[in-house]
Amino acid sequence: MSHAADLHAAHVPIATRRSATGIPTARLAVWWVLASEIVIFGGLIGSYVMLRLHHPHWAEEAAHTNTLAGAFNTFVLLTSSLAAVLAHQAAEAHDGPRAARFLGGTILGGLVFLLVKGFEWSNEIAHGFTIFRDVFWSYYYVACGLHGLHVIAGMVIMAIVAADARRGRNLHRVELIGIYWHFVDAVWIFLFPLFYIAK
Amino acid sequence: MSSHDHAATTPGHPSYVRIYLVLLALLGVSLLGPTLEIPLVTLITAFGIAVVKATMVAAYFMHLNIEERYVWYILLLMLGFMLVMFAGIAPDVMLPAGQNWLHLPIEPPAPPAHP
Repeated sequence: MSHAADLHAAHVPIATRRSATGIPTARLAVWWVLASEIVIFGGLIGSYVMLRLHHPHWAEEAAHTNTLAGAFNTFVLLTSSLAAVLAHQAAEAHDGPRAARFLGGTILGGLVFLLVKGFEWSNEIAHGFTIFRDVFWSYYYVACGLHGLHVIAGMVIMAIVAADARRGRNLHRVELIGIYWHFVDAVWIFLFPLFYIAK
Repeated sequence: MSSHDHAATTPGHPSYVRIYLVLLALLGVSLLGPTLEIPLVTLITAFGIAVVKATMVAAYFMHLNIEERYVWYILLLMLGFMLVMFAGIAPDVMLPAGQNWLHLPIEPPAPPAHP
């Protein structure tokens, strides 16, 4: 190792250089975050399935959710996931500005998703389907609300990563936020049939 | 190993647009299936396809198909925890009666008053 490389290595934290598992530390950290998210969403979805099977009348409550809006939001999240993975592809080609543009598209997808959700919720609440009406609606608002918070968090982090990527900095983070965003997409793929299709 | 080294070890990116189109087609099937109003078809088209879609997103978009095995161990461990929780709680929630307890009948809520 040259003297310059020695100096560089001395200034890089050891946590970013070591890799006992063969996985870059940052990516491994994202996977651990997602592992904890599996337990959170898995517990919520698992307990919902248990109760749903035992309470057939929930189907009557589920009949009031807006399937078209849910399907449109599924389309929006799948499209935003495509933009996120194309951003990753651009980052690997060292094209930061292009990666930033795709990340912008993903953020836009998140925004559209939240707007549709806001429209749905305001309509449902106006018709008396509030979080206190029934356990079905409690699950609906908690699960979709928790998912929505993850969408917001992803959009904020993605905006920071995109600002860096536009300047060609920290391009490896484009993949990391993409993995997170795809997970949020995968969670919605399960929430959609549970709350909007099973009626 | 950096992120770009990881990319270099991959034989090349799959066609993400093609995967996206397959996902959209599956979304269409999951919407059409329940219109037949056959419970088994609804179960397969809604939830079976959800599993397929989520697997495709994880495999191709999250690149789990080329990820180190260690990540699989982490994720499968968490799914195992989920199953333990389900198996532990399900008898209490889903059975109509147990030792010294009964499920009380629950009245469905009244229709909401429209404003």
